[in-house]
Amino acid sequence: MPTAKEHILARVRANKPADRPLPDMPTYDAEVDLDLPLFTEVIGGSKGKVMAMEDLPGYLATNFPDAKVIASTVPEIPGNIDLAAVKDPLELALVDIAVLRGRFAVAENGAIWVTEKEAVIRVLPFITQHLVLVIDGGVVPTMHEAYKSIDIAETGFGVFIAGPSKTADIEQSLVIGAHGPRSLGVVFV
Amino acid sequence: MQNHASRAATFLKDDARTDWHNNTLWHVRSKRDKLVHGIPEWESIRQLGSDIKDNVLSNLDTYLEQFVAKAEANGVIVHWAVDAKEHNEIVHGILARHKVDKIVKSKSMLTEECHLNEHLEKHGIEVVDTDLGERIIQLKKEPPSHIVMPAIHLKKEEIGELFHEHLGTEKGASDPQYLTEAARGHLREKFLSAKAAITGVNFAVAETGGVVVCTNEGNADMGVHLAPVQIHCMGIEKVIPRAEHLAVFTRLLGRSATGQPITIYTSHHHRPKVGGEMHIVLVDNGRTKQLGREDFRNSLKCIRCGACMNTCPIYRRSGGHSYDHTIPGPIGSILSPGKDLKKNKDLPFASTLCGSCSDVCPVKIDIHEQLYKWRQIVSEEGHLENVKSIPLAGAGAVLSRGGLYNFMGKAARTALKIAPRALIYNQFNAWGQSRELPEVPKNSFKEWYAKNRKDA
Ligand code: SF4
Repeated sequence: MPTAKEHILARVRANKPADRPLPDMPTYDAEVDLDLPLFTEVIGGSKGKVMAMEDLPGYLATNFPDAKVIASTVPEIPGNIDLAAVKDPLELALVDIAVLRGRFAVAENGAIWVTEKEAVIRVLPFITQHLVLVIDGGVVPTMHEAYKSIDIAETGFGVFIAGPSKTADIEQSLVIGAHGPRSLGVVFV
Repeated sequence: MQNHASRAATFLKDDARTDWHNNTLWHVRSKRDKLVHGIPEWESIRQLGSDIKDNVLSNLDTYLEQFVAKAEANGVIVHWAVDAKEHNEIVHGILARHKVDKIVKSKSMLTEECHLNEHLEKHGIEVVDTDLGERIIQLKKEPPSHIVMPAIHLKKEEIGELFHEHLGTEKGASDPQYLTEAARGHLREKFLSAKAAITGVNFAVAETGGVVVCTNEGNADMGVHLAPVQIHCMGIEKVIPRAEHLAVFTRLLGRSATGQPITIYTSHHHRPKVGGEMHIVLVDNGRTKQLGREDFRNSLKCIRCGACMNTCPIYRRSGGHSYDHTIPGPIGSILSPGKDLKKNKDLPFASTLCGSCSDVCPVKIDIHEQLYKWRQIVSEEGHLENVKSIPLAGAGAVLSRGGLYNFMGKAARTALKIAPRALIYNQFNAWGQSRELPEVPKNSFKEWYAKNRKDA
């Protein structure tokens, strides 16, 4: 009896078409100067907000005055939980605000690369009620440059985040804050 | 017997809903157009997407082996399933080993195709679909009607009613914001108590052994990162060669699907979390068979964006349930006959062959041409229903003789004028049942042309 693996692979071999070449990946001209303004516009369209580091404390105080649990890996914003001591991701269920680092941003679509290293605990950027990403790697024009500059397998988990969580599953009405964060702030340093 | 036309007729009974459905999906298509037109290299990215997928299909065995070797080296447990039954048993086996009785699941058309929920529920496992649209139809005990917007056939009042019954929301409340908030609270509890999470897979990267899952809600990530056991179920055609190719597909997917520049979350899973377990289930379930069909193998390039549904004049006015197949719309109509020709024989006819599906498809699948080819197979194998085959047989006889065609045209133009309505709008003329025939011109085009060409 062949295993399922052998069976499937044998069928693929018997049925696959003649070889078709893998295309070369071209490079596209991007206007690098426009990257930051473009990113700001696109992420704004997805309800993310770009601000300066000096405005971040005020932004948090004004928008989330009732926030109690703050997780932060950024010295400018002191957190009040010790992420290194978290044993079970369930302990993060009550996080109101997470301020984490993001590696770099992508101008064309507002995406920000965050790996397990920056997230500390994988679920943190998702379970928090509000998220702020502090980016020190600048902006690249498109996903082509983005994937060129990272090793997606460097850590066990990595994610492009392009806004607060959202849904339009009820009559296509946009609602921000589906299961993940209800807001996204972005700071470039 | 129920067929696409009769199920569509049921959907069409509610005029207001049909119009809303039609307009809403067209709106999504328009949003797609707007974004696509902002990318000057769009057509070349589509071509790249198509070419990469062609290369994948012609080397699928190599890429699968490479993918699995990498994934296993990463500490992932990989399983292979020949069909839906094996897939369901594998997933149940993993859950049983961990004594899991509650799982959360994010959107996966594959698990729909395999009827995984029913299988697990039969074994006493509670399955909670966590994508809002999926949760709505799960509570309503209905299949999805669209692959990206599963509950697009429902109005907010119906969802309000459903949530009132199941989640205890206020009676009569139908505000989407309010209902979504209620679902958020309800599902958060489920996320926090689930011992295993299942997701579908958008792309699997051969070079790195990882899987990529795209969502807007963040539900897949909430599930996977909280539960100790994560299971990713994928069709074997989802593998792509290299990480750099993700640039092409992530640029295509969000824009084509909902007219957004990228999905909010594009998650790359390579290794289990600390203390966790990660499984990938690779499923054939008819895909290798489709790979062997020269005329139809292109359908395996599909990235499940749903654009062909949003643009299809038939889908928009007949609703996803009229197809009675997990994947509805134009792509469903070329996948389903390969699975069960007899049951799905009418689906290739649920199309005007206008070609709009092929025009928007981000990986350039020749959808409308495949629909046409399936029609020929359906007809050759004698599955055509009488109501279609009688006029078609007549048309064949007439079209093959020019003189007869000219005469018949003239005769029809006269007959349409003098025939009683009952003759034209009778039960053998399905076309006439919901349509008025055009006003009859005095001259045929040929006559008009003969008279007017002198002036040209
Ligand atoms: S066939 Fe093309 S347009 Fe239709 S869902 Fe698949 S990728 Fe999208």
